[in-house]
Amino acid sequence: MIAIFAFYLFATLTIASSVMVIFARNPVHSVLWLILAFFNAAGLMLLLGAEFIAMLLVIVYVGAVAVLFLFIVMMLDIDFAALRSGFTKNLPFGLIVALVLLAEIVVAVSAWKAGPVTGGAQPAATTQPNIEAVGELLYTRFLFPFEIAGLILLVAMIGAIVLTHRSRGDVRGQKVSRQVDRRPDEAIKNLNPAVGEGMKL
Amino acid sequence: MIGLTHYLAVAAILFTLGVLGIFLNRRNIILMLMAIELILLAVNINLVAFSAFLGDLVGQVFAMFVLTVAAAEAAIGLAILVIFFRRRGSIAVDDVNRMRG
Repeated sequence: MIAIFAFYLFATLTIASSVMVIFARNPVHSVLWLILAFFNAAGLMLLLGAEFIAMLLVIVYVGAVAVLFLFIVMMLDIDFAALRSGFTKNLPFGLIVALVLLAEIVVAVSAWKAGPVTGGAQPAATTQPNIEAVGELLYTRFLFPFEIAGLILLVAMIGAIVLTHRSRGDVRGQKVSRQVDRRPDEAIKNLNPAVGEGMKL
Repeated sequence: MIGLTHYLAVAAILFTLGVLGIFLNRRNIILMLMAIELILLAVNINLVAFSAFLGDLVGQVFAMFVLTVAAAEAAIGLAILVIFFRRRGSIAVDDVNRMRG
């Protein structure tokens, strides 16, 4: 009973907040609705028993991607009202495309239900926690794709840095070679000489 | 009882909303990127639902890979957005004609 209630709560909130992502006037509100949608999707995945993916969704999507969006929206000085000018013009066509797509998906799902794919397989009663099971699979059978995924993230990080980095002429940068070349005898020393003994220069 | 079809319906509606968002906000590239995130979220829900109902964990592993690609795509897309805004002072997609494509 509580599972059914939780499913409908999470599903309704996910769909409602993604509607608000699309239709919100202010992009900052859009990002905040997107965060709510991600949280509720993580709740749906928790109901399915996929705890690791659910937590990953909260950490990666909410903690990194949505905050990145928020940062960009707030950083750039954009006239969002002008960007909405084609909204009503595109509405009928967009709705037609969306309805056709939804009908196609419904047909595909019902065809899948009629077909022999299901087999009536029941979820295996696992003694292992979800995280352990996923980790075991990830580090044995999917080790190579896992490392490729890490490489993709590295490429994305370096790519984003290279794209947005610009060398400005008006700042004094660090000269590493001069710092490395310094010797103790050309450096300034901090001394605390005793009274009456004088200094050795 | 909540079955696989319920989850598939939620994912289908999310996917459709993502596509609708791309069509409606044709000029605002930030909202288009957010709609792409919604589409990838729908795909993830599908993968995890099938994984749970078929008793096969591979779906969850693939959901993780989809998550990786989504994060990389958002980072690169927003970086491109920032340099485009720095050059043109606007992010309207209609003005993107520098390469005459």
